[in-house]
Amino acid sequence: MTNISDLSLVELKEKMTNKELSSREITETYIQRIEQHKDLNAYVMTDFDRALDAADAADKNYAAGNAGLLEGIPLAIKDLFCTKDLRTTAGSKILDNFVPPYESTVTSNLKKDGAVFLGKTNMDEFAMGSTNRTSAYGHVISPWKANGSSEDLTPGGSSGGSSAAVAARLCVGATGTDTGGSIRQPAALTGTVGMKPTYGLCSRFGVVAFASSLDQAGPMTRTVKDTALMLESMAGHDPKDSTSAKVEIPHYAGLMTGDVKGLRVGIPKEYSIDGLPAEISALWSKGAEWLKARGAEIIEVSLPHTKYALPTYYVLNPAESSSNLARYDGVRYGHRVESDDLNEMYAKTRGEGFGNEVIRRILVGTYVLSAGYYDAYYTKAQKVRRLIVNDFDAVFKDVDVLLTPTSPSTAFPLNQDETDPVKIYLNDVFTVTVNLAGLPGISVPAGLAEDGLPLGLQLIANRFDEARLFNAALALERDAKFTAKPEGF
Amino acid sequence: MSSIDEKTIEKVANLARIEIDPADVSYFADQIKGVVDWIEQLSEVDTDNVKPLAVVDETSITMREDDITDGGYMEDVTKNAPESAYGFYVVPKVVE
Repeated sequence: MTNISDLSLVELKEKMTNKELSSREITETYIQRIEQHKDLNAYVMTDFDRALDAADAADKNYAAGNAGLLEGIPLAIKDLFCTKDLRTTAGSKILDNFVPPYESTVTSNLKKDGAVFLGKTNMDEFAMGSTNRTSAYGHVISPWKANGSSEDLTPGGSSGGSSAAVAARLCVGATGTDTGGSIRQPAALTGTVGMKPTYGLCSRFGVVAFASSLDQAGPMTRTVKDTALMLESMAGHDPKDSTSAKVEIPHYAGLMTGDVKGLRVGIPKEYSIDGLPAEISALWSKGAEWLKARGAEIIEVSLPHTKYALPTYYVLNPAESSSNLARYDGVRYGHRVESDDLNEMYAKTRGEGFGNEVIRRILVGTYVLSAGYYDAYYTKAQKVRRLIVNDFDAVFKDVDVLLTPTSPSTAFPLNQDETDPVKIYLNDVFTVTVNLAGLPGISVPAGLAEDGLPLGLQLIANRFDEARLFNAALALERDAKFTAKPEGF
Repeated sequence: MSSIDEKTIEKVANLARIEIDPADVSYFADQIKGVVDWIEQLSEVDTDNVKPLAVVDETSITMREDDITDGGYMEDVTKNAPESAYGFYVVPKVVE
């Protein structure tokens, strides 16, 4: 029989419904695996007692015939989501003792649907990073190794604890957040599925704020259907978030057929960047051929302002970060360094509590928002952002989805000494545009590179067109037939 | 090219209320200058007559009624404070 930890969310639900497995058995299997693979450092906090109680409650609901959408499914929660009475750090020392007195809307929704929470996953500090090296709680190690190598690799970031946990089978699915690619890039690097919904689809209430006009929560799992089921639970209008969209959330999984006949798939020519590895270009072409063979129409399109997306993002993101992170002052919650002088208490608390990448972003953000520079940098970036949005709006008149690579490389070694922040920011080249334009995007594992590491392809759709996005992703998943697993997991 | 130097970093760090070790100021100055020089390429883009965009879907943002719907959690709200007394936050003395 297949290992419990290799079953998908859909399969586990079926087995619980048919009484072949209990949520307690499944949850115990995952708890044991988490204990066994602690060295990956994927979780910063586990919550096994409450997980087992939730599993028992789920088993009762199955027995009574009133199981919820995710009843009894063990999930991991990125440590950016406030969880009532369970420490929430955002990967930062400045929140090392913060125990939220309330629950985020997304995690409330998941709980309402019967999900079991195994614990909180590690992440880049305040979600600033794409390598998981900026966490104050240590690096996360990917379960994957390159062929013939024992070197520790990045699981991507910022949702790297979540991607490592999903890939290593330390949970069935996990929540992530994506401000510039923080769900899709780690999914691509670990051979998992990661989806960023349309801005406004998932409530931001109770998610530690980073760059509020770009932040979105989303699901990470091992199959496209599992991702769709998780999103259905997470999403929905929330009066507590003024940017929450008033849209009906359909049963996406029920709408997915994998039929893409007549689907118009755009290939943005500007995404063929200089230095893109040949094997990533080849996989991208293969993805287009797969969809074409199923009857989709492949159309080359142009998004002329693509080149300016990264610099735009790295003005707006630090500007919003510096404003949001002003709240960490040692007064209301978190770490405090004592001093007799209030201003000195603020400065010492923040200097000690924040890591270098967070300080860098706050400094850049404060600079671009400061008197004399505001218009030249911040307002300018907001204008370029509109041009980027206009590019996408024009393209979606002619196509239904866009196909691109997710990441410009496979996972790189954790000890790779890269000190130039601009080079690190280039990891986000294919993903930030989606956040700037508020669009939904999904990364689907599409193959292994020559070094034996996973590669992902990204599909992007128009705002609130998640159903079409999932359907195209299902077609891609069927042709990619990605069954590789990290060795030993 | 931006004119960011160590003095700029000291000024900005003070605005942001972040104490930086004097030994690290030149490190941050180099890095921040690198980032700002890189974002300056935005000046190439013609944005005449383009309105700045703060949020993608400007029509969806709604105001709620100004009603009291919840509250009374003084204890919960101050529970995480490093120092509190009588349901208030305590900070170093700011008035003589």
